[in-house]
Amino acid sequence: MSLIVTQGLTKTYGTQVTALHDLTVAVEPGIIGLVGANGAGKSTFIKIMLGLIAPTGGQVRVFDIDPTVDPDRVRAKVGYMPEHDALPPDVSAAEFVTHLGRISGLPRTAARERASEALRHVGLYEERYRQIGGYSTGMKQRVKLAQSLVHDPDLLLLDEPTNGLDPAGRDAMLALIQRIGSEFGISVVVCSHLLGEVERICDSLVAIEGGRLLRADRISAMTEASEVLAIEVSEGTDELAAALTALELPVTRDGRMVLVPLTNEATYDHVLRVVADLDLPLHRLDQRRHRVAELFATRETADA
Amino acid sequence: MPESSVIHDIGYQRYTGPRLGRAAVFGAIYVHGLRAAYGFGRSAKSKIFPWLVFGIVALVAVILAAVRAQLGTLPLNYIQFADAMSWLIIFFVAIVAPELVSRDLRAGVLPLYFSRPLRAADYIGAKVAAMVTAVWILLAGPQLIIFLGGAFTTKTGMSGVWNEIEDLLPAWGYSLIWALVFTGIGMLIASLTGKRAFAAGGIVAVFLMTTPVVGVLSILPSSTAQDLAGLASPMTLVSGVGQWLISGANTGLNIGEFGPVYAIEAITLVATCLLLLLARYRRVASL
Repeated sequence: MSLIVTQGLTKTYGTQVTALHDLTVAVEPGIIGLVGANGAGKSTFIKIMLGLIAPTGGQVRVFDIDPTVDPDRVRAKVGYMPEHDALPPDVSAAEFVTHLGRISGLPRTAARERASEALRHVGLYEERYRQIGGYSTGMKQRVKLAQSLVHDPDLLLLDEPTNGLDPAGRDAMLALIQRIGSEFGISVVVCSHLLGEVERICDSLVAIEGGRLLRADRISAMTEASEVLAIEVSEGTDELAAALTALELPVTRDGRMVLVPLTNEATYDHVLRVVADLDLPLHRLDQRRHRVAELFATRETADA
Repeated sequence: MPESSVIHDIGYQRYTGPRLGRAAVFGAIYVHGLRAAYGFGRSAKSKIFPWLVFGIVALVAVILAAVRAQLGTLPLNYIQFADAMSWLIIFFVAIVAPELVSRDLRAGVLPLYFSRPLRAADYIGAKVAAMVTAVWILLAGPQLIIFLGGAFTTKTGMSGVWNEIEDLLPAWGYSLIWALVFTGIGMLIASLTGKRAFAAGGIVAVFLMTTPVVGVLSILPSSTAQDLAGLASPMTLVSGVGQWLISGANTGLNIGEFGPVYAIEAITLVATCLLLLLARYRRVASL
């Protein structure tokens, strides 16, 4: 069963602003990165999935439930971490998360126990009786994450969870999200405008730009087809490129390096034979993985 | 979950217990709000004001009960007692309404509420119910003190106690009207701003500004104008309803034959405030 399915999902505000345009995507359970620049429509997409706003057109189903028709059933299975500050300063984290657990329908004792557990999982067990107003930004982000976990959802929607964190805090938060996704058995949608950040922890990526779907696929599928062989020789780079082109290999030049797409095992042999035949001093030969960002970049230029 | 069951060794436990419905969630917000109104579960600082007001009102009630025990007559009846406390009620409302609604607006907590199985009507309905109860307790508790003082010192036995009960119950109903009108107005004003000081000031201002209007209207030469003057301020509006409904209320307010007008305005006022609150939170919930 797909986790989230949309069909031609569109959201416009008035006649001028289009937040989402004809978004059709099917997402499998796992850790999903939802990437796009600020204003690309990520938050709008999340709010539609929560049934907080109604789409102008198209359909959306989460756990095969339509949030526009039955928001309560979707929300019972979903935890939401908003982007902005959402914490009162004058209560303790334990009390606040317990209260929100009860708002999710947990009985009193269960809410208290699960609040303690959720705060422990995000690493705030010792500090949980202190007032939230005295917490650092990183601790506040953890409280927001804990409240999204308290009612044991099957899906977390995290809107920019690393916002405002220093590099160490970002790494810790990403590690935590990865643990939730892989060990807790909870699917996670991580919204971010930083592709490099989410691609490290995600199983699949959905990229949107200006409300339109740029690309949606599993990370493995995106990177597998794109491995390249980088060859660097101390001299004779031009001869090498010419010889490889003669073998009908699609060669590209990147500074002092020659790049050849690694389509099959034979590519290695071809390259090594050419280098040996020309008797060139081989400086470096390695297999490179494209970063996902480069894929988007090439695709965008191809579209243009 | 469709995935095959796996035993996770890291201590994360899935929750398999009951998930309660909207009624229980309403109850949780109601209790939370009622506790917050009196500063329970909050810092010592936020307990000061509600308990100061409650202490003064209770002290007045104790003094009244003591005076009656000595002299045999009550200087103020239950209805007059509630009216006499009106400014304390306003201060209480000006503190509690922002505590219940402005605070959530300010901290941005609402997205956390409304991303859960909860409707705007549940949220604001529970908050209103909590505040009505809090204001009612502020009056009804001290009224109970006066009653107990009277019941224990009555010289006519059970019939004396029964007479007191017959006075107390309408007075409790009267306190409920106070609570409804003041909660409606106070909460509506507080829901417009996240700044507590603005909300509190706005609430006091509304009550302050309407009082002189009543004063001016009540000295007009027309007796109809005098009888209707009380409609201009929430405080005299409530007194007027009490004067009409409860015999022997002796609020000192002249309402002539216009009692039903006072009642209709009170009902309309409360209903309008609640509908505006609901409309406001419908909008807030979708953001």
